[in-house]
Amino acid sequence: MSKLGSLGARLHRGEVGYDFVGKRKIWYGVSILITITAILGLAVRGLNMGIEFQGGAVFTTPKHMSVSVTQAESFATDASGHDAVVQKLGDGSLRIQIAGIDTDKSDAIKEKLAGDLKINSETINADLVGPSWGDQIANKAWEGLAIFMVLVVIYLAIAFEWRMALAALVALIHDITITTGIYALVGFEVTPGTVIGLLTILGYSLYDTVVVFDSLKEQTKDITKQTRWTYSDVANRSINSTLMRSINTTVVALLPVGALLFIGGGFLGAGMLNDISLSLFVGLAAGAYSSIFIATPLVADLKEREPQMKALRKRVLAKRAQAAAQGETPEPEPADEQYADEHEDAAAAVVGPRNQPASRNRGRGRPSGKRR
Amino acid sequence: MAAPKRGRSGSAQSKPWRPLALILIAIVALTGGMFASGHSTPRLGIDLAGGTSITLRAVAEPGQESAINKTNMNTAVDIMNRRVNGLGVSEAEVQTQGDKNIIVNIPKGTNSKEARQQVGTTAKLYFRPVLATEVSGGAATATPSPSASTSASDKATEKATDKATSSSSATPTATATSQGRPVTDGLRADSTPSASASAKASSSASPSASSSASSSTSKLEAQYAALDCTKKSVRATAGKGTKPTDTVVACGQNSQKQWQKYILGPAQVDGTDVKKAQAVFNTQTAAGWTVTMDFTSKGAKKFADVTGKLAQNQSPQNQFAIVLDGDVVSDPYVRQALTGGNAEISGSFNQEEAQSLANMLSYGALPLSFKEDSVTTVTAALGGEQLHAGLIAGAIGLALVVIYLLIFYKGLSVIAIPSLLVSAILTYVLMSLLGPAIGFALNLPAVCGAIVAIGITADSFIVFFERIRDEIREGRSLRPAVERAWPRARRTILVSDFVSFLAAAVLFIVTVGKVQGFAFTLGLTTVLDVVVVFLFTKPLMTLLARRKFFANGHKWSGLDPKALGAKPPLRRTRRPSRPTSGPVDPKEA
Repeated sequence: MSKLGSLGARLHRGEVGYDFVGKRKIWYGVSILITITAILGLAVRGLNMGIEFQGGAVFTTPKHMSVSVTQAESFATDASGHDAVVQKLGDGSLRIQIAGIDTDKSDAIKEKLAGDLKINSETINADLVGPSWGDQIANKAWEGLAIFMVLVVIYLAIAFEWRMALAALVALIHDITITTGIYALVGFEVTPGTVIGLLTILGYSLYDTVVVFDSLKEQTKDITKQTRWTYSDVANRSINSTLMRSINTTVVALLPVGALLFIGGGFLGAGMLNDISLSLFVGLAAGAYSSIFIATPLVADLKEREPQMKALRKRVLAKRAQAAAQGETPEPEPADEQYADEHEDAAAAVVGPRNQPASRNRGRGRPSGKRR
Repeated sequence: MAAPKRGRSGSAQSKPWRPLALILIAIVALTGGMFASGHSTPRLGIDLAGGTSITLRAVAEPGQESAINKTNMNTAVDIMNRRVNGLGVSEAEVQTQGDKNIIVNIPKGTNSKEARQQVGTTAKLYFRPVLATEVSGGAATATPSPSASTSASDKATEKATDKATSSSSATPTATATSQGRPVTDGLRADSTPSASASAKASSSASPSASSSASSSTSKLEAQYAALDCTKKSVRATAGKGTKPTDTVVACGQNSQKQWQKYILGPAQVDGTDVKKAQAVFNTQTAAGWTVTMDFTSKGAKKFADVTGKLAQNQSPQNQFAIVLDGDVVSDPYVRQALTGGNAEISGSFNQEEAQSLANMLSYGALPLSFKEDSVTTVTAALGGEQLHAGLIAGAIGLALVVIYLLIFYKGLSVIAIPSLLVSAILTYVLMSLLGPAIGFALNLPAVCGAIVAIGITADSFIVFFERIRDEIREGRSLRPAVERAWPRARRTILVSDFVSFLAAAVLFIVTVGKVQGFAFTLGLTTVLDVVVVFLFTKPLMTLLARRKFFANGHKWSGLDPKALGAKPPLRRTRRPSRPTSGPVDPKEA
């Protein structure tokens, strides 16, 4: 912990850090590659839509069935007149999926199946879905997605600014594309549970992004009043300074989801728990990645296009060139550290000479009350 | 240094007991309320308790899409509720979900099959003139005397009030006919279905005598002759594919519970023309239970026309049939033209019959039909198993988070873990209380939502703790660090929780089915997260910051400045206990 703690401290002060913004092109590339793969996967393989989206029935028998899968398959095909897919679950129960049957006929099929399998029909779990139900769930989900995106962009544009809203949106779409792409590529079955998980990612992916943005907003409040750092530099610092939190958050979020996945997959075999947690797991990981590697660098990119920021960059670069010409190392380590302090502390009105005592600077910043 | 701050957040800092007391009182009150109300566990959804859950989707008549509205949906819920609970199903619940879905949850141990038939029945009501009728099937009553059975006892009498005016008529098209009346099976078993019913008498009551324009074809008569209403399958298909404007054959049960068959003219008045119908106990006459109907102005005109014509006819052509879903539910005869815009049907009704007829008249007229979208039957065994698995997953998830917090935040877990517990207790209590209050039922996705929420809740503490640590790294001592960290952490928590809540709210409003349960839990826990952080975590942090263990940055407090790699204090006097330490590499110190 002390090691992690000091890592946190060094990250916080910018002593160590990864140049997320500087190397953004690489990560954009990686993301574009993943996204293209995901889209290709979607286009070529398509999603393996569960029975809920096609209409049909899923029957689950009690535990410890002695009937073999192939036997059950032929029973089910006989009973329904349609092709049946039978899986044996971890606890020995059979999951029989029959696509394309009508909800009215399912009772008869269930009775017949129960007779064939020599079990009481009352002990069979049945999930019967009309052909339009899945569409309805999916349509509603899209509708919800669209409404949420519009609202959240408006909200972020007000709470932060439109660039951040845009970047958050891109990150969000990125996460969802990747998650669905993984579903297509791996061939996991898409069920209403998956949709639920996917929709939860909405909130969660943004949750993470918002925290980084919050720190970014705070740190860049008076950025134009100094000439040492460009927007990208500061953006990079905010990512690094919230890195510990991002990691902690992601781990803490993944732990319960992992537990769900383990229990859902291990104990129940298949079902709602498994479906929700699987898509959550994939989505959360993508969400953590995108808020660090995509959203914030994107904001920096957008910001750097502003005339103000362009001017700032010019000034900063000019100053650095000048410093280099004078034979100084442009950014010695202590300066880094000091900036951390200045900035955090005082939202430095004007950054003075590098050797200015920190205490003086603090004194100046304090009454301004800008610490919030 | 922190002096200007203190003024602003002074109340929170100096009186941290207040919010703590508030939330503790709230917990005690809510928990007390929970036990007092007798709902000490959350109501379980069908997927955890076992049972059958049916999702129905409203389908409007073509051209009447506006019929899917809140009022009509609620009416449909009402009528389904009556039907399901009419089966003696206890605790079956019917509720709308989204804008066009109705969920029917039937607990385990009841006849879900019959319930399914009931709820799915389309309710469409027409008034058609009777062209011919006779008892169908069984040999028991061979001669259909015109005044026998219902027609004899049912009569419609006038009660004039408002005057009818306009007379445009909008007749819905295609009517899907299916069996909907509750009492069927027993009767079918008893009577002897004979396909060649003694149908001679019917020819005399030929449709040609009808006031209606359409003349019946020989085909219809043949159909009528062959019609055997005692057969369920026959009844189900009797009026299939007919339009309200057709002359049709139909079945119905008379007051002696005999099946009666009919030839019916085109629909003259449809159910939407009925404004209101009620069962009334008529104390003035000896009529007993009667059903009164109020028509809309349009309906009143139509009704006046049709009754005017019918009143001149001989029995049975002076009767009109009230046809619900293709079944004749009542066939009162008309004595005179009813022009007043309202009417009374009297007969040998008992209270139940009168009320059921009134309901059908007032509710059965919705221009809606319902389609089964999903039916889930979960055995109690699987339900219990899923609940069990969900609880285990939750416990493991919680344990993992607690362990992680212990490792990473050490002494701060003293704050984080009780905060999580408070959150968990509040969530549980509220879920239990919301069951009876708003019909919240804990289903599997809701359990998932609660488990996922552990992460969100813990994250708020992490934001706060990391902020405090940042302040300590800046060289502050704990108490100012807490007070300075709080406003910033508070903003971050609020902003991110708002986004999370927004997602939950949108999902809850827009989506249907299981997604909704999940969204609800997520929203609830997000709100609770804010409450807990504001009223519990922060005050507790403030209190504990006064303790030496934390204030001096004990090694196990999770706030050890050395371990955090704090810079040397800017003013040495501020942290006299730790005058010097290497800022960069704490291991050296």
